[in-house]
Amino acid sequence: MADAAETEPNPARAHHDLGGIAKYMCEAVDTEPHELTEFDREVDALRQLLGMKRVMSVDELRRGIEAIQEAEYHARSYYQRWIRSIADNLLRKGVITTAELEAALANSRMCP
Amino acid sequence: MSTLAPGQIVRVRDDWPEARGPVHIRTPHYLRGRIGTIRKILGRFANPEDLAFARPAPSLTLYHVAFDPASLWGDAKAGDEILVELYESWLEEA
Repeated sequence: MADAAETEPNPARAHHDLGGIAKYMCEAVDTEPHELTEFDREVDALRQLLGMKRVMSVDELRRGIEAIQEAEYHARSYYQRWIRSIADNLLRKGVITTAELEAALANSRMCP
Repeated sequence: MSTLAPGQIVRVRDDWPEARGPVHIRTPHYLRGRIGTIRKILGRFANPEDLAFARPAPSLTLYHVAFDPASLWGDAKAGDEILVELYESWLEEA
């Protein structure tokens, strides 16, 4: 399998599937711990509640994160991707409506 | 598929479902079509590929599979090992 390095990038690789890509031969991976913001904690708590109430599984959260378009995916923080996925999941399931989401966002502390 | 045993040589299916439509896959791209060794049976778990879409999810056997990094990347150091959790649906006997 000596051709492994030459076959990068694989056109079929999903943009979130970042493990083992050639880019990280030149670019250090950030392994420093990150301070959690209030926003991060709030999103995490919301995710836990939705899991406990069996409204949305972790797997559905992950699918929703992976569905974020590439440019937005890389522009968003870890928990911004989570809230985007949570919102998409709740809209798709009909738990909330677009109008309710927009009304909540208009007054929200959740947007950093 | 019958349960694979530790030590058995397997090949990860060279399949790219992400190219065919919305999916959730827990098998890294860099392992598709590669040869590894079963290290350990981790148990049976509901298939995350179905859970991700809130579909009924049959349970599958999850394995620890070891790979020689030199078989994956040209600049790998000898003696290292990549250990990855893979579901039975992604493995074929090699």
